[in-house]
Parts: sequence; C-alpha cells; structure tokens
Amino acid sequence: MDLLNIFLKSAFIENMVLSYFLGMCSFLAVSKSVKTAIGLGAAVIFVLAITVPMNWLISELVLGPKGIFKMDLTFLRFILFIASIAAMVQLVEMAVEKFSPSLYNALGIFLPLITVNCAILGAALFMVAREYNFSESVVYGVGSGFGWFLAIVLMAAIREKLRYSHVPAPLRGLGIAFVITAFLGIAFMSLMGINPANYFAK
Amino acid sequence: MSESAVKSAASAEPREPWFGKKEKALLSDPLYIDNPITVQVLGVCSALAVTTMVKPALIMGISVALVTGFSNLVVSLLRNGIPKQIRMIVQLVVIAALVTVVEQFLKAFSYDVWKQLSVFIGLIITNCIVMGRLEAFAMANKPWKSFLDGIGNGLGYGWILVAVAAIREFFGRGALMGFKIIGPSSDFLINTQSSPLLSWYQPNGLMVLPAAAMFLIATIIWIQRSRTQKLIDIS
Repeated sequence: MDLLNIFLKSAFIENMVLSYFLGMCSFLAVSKSVKTAIGLGAAVIFVLAITVPMNWLISELVLGPKGIFKMDLTFLRFILFIASIAAMVQLVEMAVEKFSPSLYNALGIFLPLITVNCAILGAALFMVAREYNFSESVVYGVGSGFGWFLAIVLMAAIREKLRYSHVPAPLRGLGIAFVITAFLGIAFMSLMGINPANYFAK
Repeated sequence: MSESAVKSAASAEPREPWFGKKEKALLSDPLYIDNPITVQVLGVCSALAVTTMVKPALIMGISVALVTGFSNLVVSLLRNGIPKQIRMIVQLVVIAALVTVVEQFLKAFSYDVWKQLSVFIGLIITNCIVMGRLEAFAMANKPWKSFLDGIGNGLGYGWILVAVAAIREFFGRGALMGFKIIGPSSDFLINTQSSPLLSWYQPNGLMVLPAAAMFLIATIIWIQRSRTQKLIDIS
C-alpha cells in the first residue's frame, strides 16, 4: 500500500513537469507530435527506472558512511549521479539508434539531452532527500518517469489539436506551448498536499 | 601554366580573418534571432528557477556564459579524440570541472554571493544550454568559433533571464536588485506604510510562482516573433 501511494504521488500529485517544472526543455521542444512524444517519454521512463535505484545503490554503498569507503563522501554526489546517468543515456541512445532510426532522427539533439534533463537528476536528489529504501526508490523512479511520460503525451495531444485553432500567428507553436504549460501547472497546484494514503480503505 | 594556376588559386584562397563577419554573427545571433531560450528551447528549467530576483539571474547569466564558452572551447579541442560511445561522459566531466572552478572562484572572491547561489551554480551542470551547444556546435567546429558560440549563447540566455527576473521581482516583491521600490514597507527613507499615496501596491503572489515565468517567456516569444516574421512556426 505504501508503494502504491508513492507511485500515485510521484506520477500525478508531484508530477515532475507540471508541479515541479523540471525537464522543461525537452518537454516543450519534443511535444510537437504524439508519436515522438511517446518515444521520448518511454526513454525517460526507462532511464528513470534504472538510474534512481542505481543512484540509490551508489549513495548507500559508495557515498554513505556505511559504504565501502567507510566515510562520508556525499560531496561527490553530483558528479557520480551525473556520470551514472550519462552512461545510462548513452546506452539508451545506442539502442534507439539501432532499433528505431526514425525516432532517433526525430528526437535529434534532445535524446542526448536526457542526460541533463533536470527531471532525472531531480528524481535522484529527491530520492536521497526523502530517504527512500531500495524498493521505494524503484517505485519512485518508475512512477515519476510515468508521470513525465503522461505529461508529455498530454501536451503533444493538445498541441496536435491546437493546429486547427486560431492562435495568433506569432504565438503559434512554442509560445502557446509555454502558456498551456503555465495553465496546466497552475491547475496542478490545486492537487498539492493530497495524500492518496488517506483514501485507501483502512 | 597549370602549375602557376594552381599556385595562384592556393594563394588567392583568403586566410580566415581572426574576427570576421562569421565570428561576429556567432556572437550576435544567439542574442536575438537564434536565442537559446526563445528559439532553440534550451535552458528553460533554470530560467524558471532563478528568475525570482535580478541578482541571482545576473550572476547565473554571467556564470553560464563563462561555462558555456570554456566548455565549448575544451570539447572542441578534444573533439577528434573523443570516441562517440563515451562522448556524453567526457562532455559532462568537462562541464562539471568548469562548474566546480566557477563555484570555487565565487566562494573565494565573493562569499556572500556564493552562499546565496551555491545550489544554482551546481545546477549549471544540468543546464541544457551547455550540453546542447556542445552537441550541436562544438563537436563539429574549430575551437575559436566554438568559444564565441558558447559566449554568445550564454549572453543570449543571460539577457532573457535578467529581463524576466526584473519583471518578476518588480511586480512580485515591489523591488529591484533587492531594493524596495513600490509597496508598503519601512525600508524606504520615508516609511511608506502609513501613506496611501505610496503604499497602494500589493505585491502580486502569482509573479513568484514558476508559472509566471512561463507566461513572461511566452510574451517575449510573442513580441519577438511578431517583430521577426521568419521565426513564426508554420507547422
């Protein structure tokens, strides 16, 4: 029940994009069509689901006082987290390039930029700050990735529909995407503070 | 005959000027026509996070310009020696090292600012502009051009940051650079709390939220694209 709670919270209530405004660049740039959005969203779910538990292991087994070096190495946290994320994204990039060249071309520069997607590092740092254990960190990684996926697909769907509406020409595309994201963000603020655990049958 | 023709062709080939038209364009294009935030959509996260006040935005802009410039330079020097399979790790090591240098520099020479900004300075590592320009420009161009491109993009990012921060700080807190300008306060030379003429302004809470920055950037995009028709998105 606790894990389900973490999943719901990370995917919906504390959505990485719409509540914390993390991972904005690729969210705005790649949400032009639903198809590419699904591709990038799936890549982000995969990277988050692997890197959050991996960074949990790093921070417990390497950086923590109980780790292999028996001392507090938390000042190395940024570098090690980022390096492990970069390695993971590099693997994803090679896989996408091999198995789906069309997606690889559609994502362009934003595929390597998953490395510096704030949502990925943000999730790793939230995981440390909230002191999750290993299984919780797995669920948190999958959940926040799923939330990011839903958000970018939602945005892409809205933008596909918007193509048929009369947006002022200079605002078309990127401009209206900013405005919509801001409104969605304001709407998500009303979810803040809801605790799904209160609604489960005791 | 043919030999001399080849010779003259070789000598006629102009030496690339040190700071010619192309180099100037590299520096000035990102300021407006190819702006990292409003056209390339890079570095939006940090633009939302650090623009609540002008001072952090200013220092962030300068630091990002320096980090982008020098990381472009270093990666461009190394570009032929980096295997494609590990290039991201190499790029991030370069960025992280430079960000650490900037952070230590600030800590040594301007401790107050460092204390105020230490988190944001760390965030430069995950700023998409730095890695975006490395991927898009420095991996394929010569060092000097890459350096100019990095500085230009950093400055283009910086001015948007300062502009958004000025509006947000003025309307959200009634202040600029930390100095109270409008609204009820006792920080003025005269105490404005009792005077209805000076204390009518109530700071607008919306402006402090990240959503306000998105609205403001959207407005900047709107203005920019109605002035420059070729940027309009036709798709």
